[in-house]
Amino acid sequence: MTFIVELLIAFFLIVSGIFGFVGSFGMIKLKDPMSRLHAPTKATTLGVGGVLLASIAHSVLLEGKLSLHELLITLFLFLTAPITALFIAKWHIHRHEKPEDLPDAGEDELWATHAVEQVEDVPDHSTN
Amino acid sequence: MKLLRRIFPHPHLTFLLTIVWILLANKPSLNSLVFGLILGIIIPFVTQPYWPDRPKLRNWPMIVEYMLVVLWDIIVANVTVARIILFKRNDDRQPNWICVPLELRTPEAITVLAGTITMTPGTVSCDLSAQGHNLLVHCLDAPNPEEVRDQIKQRYERRLKEIFE
Repeated sequence: MTFIVELLIAFFLIVSGIFGFVGSFGMIKLKDPMSRLHAPTKATTLGVGGVLLASIAHSVLLEGKLSLHELLITLFLFLTAPITALFIAKWHIHRHEKPEDLPDAGEDELWATHAVEQVEDVPDHSTN
Repeated sequence: MKLLRRIFPHPHLTFLLTIVWILLANKPSLNSLVFGLILGIIIPFVTQPYWPDRPKLRNWPMIVEYMLVVLWDIIVANVTVARIILFKRNDDRQPNWICVPLELRTPEAITVLAGTITMTPGTVSCDLSAQGHNLLVHCLDAPNPEEVRDQIKQRYERRLKEIFE
């Protein structure tokens, strides 16, 4: 019985290791900044999720006590990952995209990031 | 009933805060339940003025269905993105911006939709149009942008509309 449990925990850990690796590898392989954003927001979710599942399985099945604050980590991750991604994306649009390069925003004409007044005195690091 | 409403302005938030507190303590005991309840009553009471016009949630089965759909899609998303990263050559990949016209008007619903899009297959939500009528989404690999847009509307927005509006 213990063997099966350990096998299960090992499986979760390996899955999480693979996805954590893919997430980091994507940062190197993908070339444009917007595509790079995809790798850490998604592949790592399952990476962290796997470790948390393994942790729950370990404490419930081997130590025999219920430990659920891993669920909280999942919850906080689901709240923070999209917000971080949105911040990075908005920064990218603000500094590197022109309104005419993005798809048409329909009746509103501009996307929110371009609708604010552009600040001119920020040094431009995009060329080096 | 009115008094009850004044004491518990956000019953769901009270419930959530209590659960979060018990999970943080990581030991289900009367102590943490009582203290969690105290926090769960005080915090919604104090923050009530800062959250006017909050949407009424209805259709609870739909909320459960939505969460299951999203959880499943997150798992699929991880595998899809991993396959694109590992096996697809950079030149074959077609990253693309798409514009999703929104039917949702509640800010909370749009927030949930944007978060969901970021967590699911190959898409990251990037910006909202100036008056909040469209959502800008970046796709990691979308040879066919219309299909992605229709899927977002069909799969998530329709359900959120039933939950929030």
